[in-house]
Amino acid sequence: MKEYTFSEKKDTRSGFGAGLLELGRTNENVVALCADLIGSLKMDAFKKEFPERFFQVGIAEANMMGLAAGMTIGGKIPFTGTFANFSTGRVYDQIRQSIAYSGKNVKICASHAGLTLGEDGATHQILEDVGMMKMLPHMTVINPCDFNQTKAATIAIAEHEGPVYLRFGRPAVPNFTPADQKFEIGKAVMLNEGTDVTIIATGHLVWKAIEAGHKLAEKGINAEVINIHTIKPLDDEAILKSVGKTKCVVTAEEHQMNGGLGDSVAQLLGRQLPAPLEMVAVNDSFGESGTPDQLMEKYGLSTENIVAAAERVMSRK
Amino acid sequence: MNPHNKSIDELKQIASQVRRDIVRMVHAVNSGHPGGSLGCTDYFVSLYFRVMNYKPSPFNMDGEGEDLFFLSNGHISPVWYSVLARAGFFEVSELATFRKINSRLQGHPATEEGLPGIRVASGSLGQGLSVAVGAAQTKKLNNDNNLVYVLMGDGELGEGQVWEAAMYAAHNKVDNLIATVDRNYQQIDGGTEEVLALGDLRAKFEAFGWHVLEADGNNFETLLPALEDAKRATGNGKPVIILMNTEMGFGVDFMMGSHKWHGVAPNDEQLEIALQQLAVEKASDY
Repeated sequence: MKEYTFSEKKDTRSGFGAGLLELGRTNENVVALCADLIGSLKMDAFKKEFPERFFQVGIAEANMMGLAAGMTIGGKIPFTGTFANFSTGRVYDQIRQSIAYSGKNVKICASHAGLTLGEDGATHQILEDVGMMKMLPHMTVINPCDFNQTKAATIAIAEHEGPVYLRFGRPAVPNFTPADQKFEIGKAVMLNEGTDVTIIATGHLVWKAIEAGHKLAEKGINAEVINIHTIKPLDDEAILKSVGKTKCVVTAEEHQMNGGLGDSVAQLLGRQLPAPLEMVAVNDSFGESGTPDQLMEKYGLSTENIVAAAERVMSRK
Repeated sequence: MNPHNKSIDELKQIASQVRRDIVRMVHAVNSGHPGGSLGCTDYFVSLYFRVMNYKPSPFNMDGEGEDLFFLSNGHISPVWYSVLARAGFFEVSELATFRKINSRLQGHPATEEGLPGIRVASGSLGQGLSVAVGAAQTKKLNNDNNLVYVLMGDGELGEGQVWEAAMYAAHNKVDNLIATVDRNYQQIDGGTEEVLALGDLRAKFEAFGWHVLEADGNNFETLLPALEDAKRATGNGKPVIILMNTEMGFGVDFMMGSHKWHGVAPNDEQLEIALQQLAVEKASDY
């Protein structure tokens, strides 16, 4: 198993903030909107440097999505910022009609996704957002794994014409992606080539998948570890190639099983390459208050859960 | 500059032709929304044949250097499609495809099929004002001095998003925007004041910080001056709204003043009666 090192843990939302600031300096069409969560979304620096291109919307997310759709008319590239819960479920109809169906070039940037929001509890811990967003025609869905990848993704989506859902989070996680790694929408990142089992992870679960790869290696299991940062469009080719080799797969994500990455991978394999599959994901349940680590353990999203799933799925080959 | 710039007499003829299109379109597919379409015909004809600055062809989605129009209450698509066709956005003959399979004229307006003149989908209510405000802010960023128009239904004001957008537009001094409410006092289940009372809309919008005008939407002699008043009211730090009194079904006596023709098409006999009432000097039906 390949070694990955990191100099510090950083939050992915700060990667978004850094990417947005850089975009402000390099692309004058980029504008940003926020629904009363500037600090949480790390949009302070953009607001300070580009006040004329920053729009405080207040606690009115539906209006924010409509404003963003309208701002594209005339060539602006709006980035909306609020929590993932308020970026999706609260405004699904606005996104569906005014953005996705209308083909508008809006970047929906969503922080505090999943259980790792922590103590605020289930009202804010959305675990259904990827499913809602990936069902929308024209929508691209991206869930990067660390600070550097989130920053690169933020910059990359400005160059992509069309609506994008960019999902990131609150906790500090190992920042191991090289700062100069190019972000290619829809392209899987191969983290370790292996032969016994494929582990496909997204977002915060990517580092846990790497840890699981090491633990499996100690047991003599050679795992292939893939970071799928783009859930839609899915990198079918990379997944089929890997599972064609290993003959079994584990998916790992901070989301419901229904509608998440595992669901997309299962659809792909069911159609083209049936193979044993195990999903590390939340199983039809809401979250609750607690620390991020406690929650990830309680809801089955730990490194150990990935290891166990890999052993289970290998036994089904 | 308006590309047509018609006289009032000409506008009246165009409005009658548009009303003929509306009843024929909804009759042909036995579905669609004639009531609000007929009530707002004079408003649409005023905008596209006299008031707005725009280029019908080639259609430019970004609309830089042009006035923009958004329809929030997308169900009155028949009137918009007819006016767009007759203003030169696409062939009048295409109106025959309304609501049919493989058509660009969807039941509710959409961009998906690339129909010229449409900049955002609408139908699910309450979203158009936000979109229009966003487009108006982009015009300001681009130093484009043209205006943004948006039409909403009155029943649609039950949607909370409208009031979010109303707060935002006033707070941000979006004063290059002219919103209009089709105040016909009707919605699907009955009168607006009976279903969910809107009350004093002037007072409400004034309290939200808007410049409020009122107009008779079925009389060019008063509607055109009201639209000019609205233009003059722009650029003064407040968004502008016209509370436009219309009669649902205007121009066809048996459809007038009732919510019952909100979303019902006329039968063959009713169509003939309607067309007789909507006579024009030189009908050019598609």
